[in-house]
Amino acid sequence: MSVTGIVLAISFQNVMYATLMVGGVGLVIGLLLGVTGYIFRVEIDEKQQAIRACLPGNNCGGCGYPGCDGLAEAIFKGEAPVNACPVGGAAVAAKIAEVIGVEVADVPAAEGKKAFVKCKGDNDTAVLNDKGRKVCKYGCIACGLCVKACAFDAIHVVNGVAVVDREKCVGCGACAAKCPKKIIELVPESKEHMVACSNHDTGKEVRAVCKAGCIACGMCAKNCPEGAIAVEDNLAVIDYEKCTNCGTCKEKCPVKVIR
Amino acid sequence: MQELIIIIITAALLSNVVLSQFLGICSFLGVSTKTDVALGMGGAVVFVITVASAVAFGLYQILELLKLQYLDTIVFILVIACLVQIVESFFKKYVPALYRALGVYLPLITTNCAVLGVALTNVQNNYNFWQSVACGFGTAMGYLIAIVILAGIRERNAANDVPAPFKGSPIVMITACLMAIAFFGFANLSI
Repeated sequence: MSVTGIVLAISFQNVMYATLMVGGVGLVIGLLLGVTGYIFRVEIDEKQQAIRACLPGNNCGGCGYPGCDGLAEAIFKGEAPVNACPVGGAAVAAKIAEVIGVEVADVPAAEGKKAFVKCKGDNDTAVLNDKGRKVCKYGCIACGLCVKACAFDAIHVVNGVAVVDREKCVGCGACAAKCPKKIIELVPESKEHMVACSNHDTGKEVRAVCKAGCIACGMCAKNCPEGAIAVEDNLAVIDYEKCTNCGTCKEKCPVKVIR
Repeated sequence: MQELIIIIITAALLSNVVLSQFLGICSFLGVSTKTDVALGMGGAVVFVITVASAVAFGLYQILELLKLQYLDTIVFILVIACLVQIVESFFKKYVPALYRALGVYLPLITTNCAVLGVALTNVQNNYNFWQSVACGFGTAMGYLIAIVILAGIRERNAANDVPAPFKGSPIVMITACLMAIAFFGFANLSI
């Protein structure tokens, strides 16, 4: 046998050992993992997975459970109703009802809501102090916390005031929870008219700090055919239970603060 | 016995795996926002490193027998990956909250150089079985101590008024740096 032959033979043997060694270790580990995987398996019901698949999956937390997985588990256990997801609304509720075999008619889905910022004082209409901040102590301070909180890119600060994109808003309420001024409200989806101001001061004081604010004149309340508007604490408040979307308030408002 | 205790203390304090060997920095910085999560991570690392040292010792004997010492890295990585997988499925079943909190850092123990570092150090120092296990346990305890202290400091730091440029990662780096300097003091410990 030539020298190269011997070298080849030795190296072949080495390669064999090395392959067997690593392969053997891999085999043992594979078996071990198979066994432990069986011992530590987590049993998730197929139904729960199906419910999870129906949910939107943004993990916004609008339902009050930790993410969509949490809600799927709660619905599966019967702790939450099938329409508990505020984002999915009726469509998702119907799908989940189908999965767990409840009649869709039994569970009238709650009406969807949209967030609404009760302030329309932007950098042009509101009076700013020398630091460029609004003087009004009730309105939007354009801090941007709502923008960060929104998982759906549905709220933005435009010219110094937060504005909700109603197309994208799913009514999860994440922005309302984060707003330091507590001026974001969830309004039923079907309602078209809201008061875009949160200032509780008198008309004169409001005029001094913002051209867009509610001056509590009461025109809306007087003219509302349904009696759905009242001026409470110097601010017009709409009762959405009674509102019929007639639009009289919007027409009559002298400062155009009702949209 | 005394020798083993010395190995443990040396590994945990004198040459702390994170603060003086600078291994395992990724999870050290990543999972140190809350003390209880840091404790869980530390616990997982203690388990993985201790068992990995023991198994790695046994495997190295076989490798030596077959004169395949050059395969140590790849074989050790296999063992470590397996252990991490077991820990992961254990957490998933029994402590799902911790499993979610640790997130991606749990599988990342696999590539945590601290784990492989211990296994290779044991081989380099020609430790016997119990010495290997002691060294692994000590190193892991060092990691646990370091990450829990950092998490404690970060929890308190969250409430502090940190200057804007230092907010977030920079202040954590500086904190870790000061901790490393403090741990340097252990170098003069004579045992």
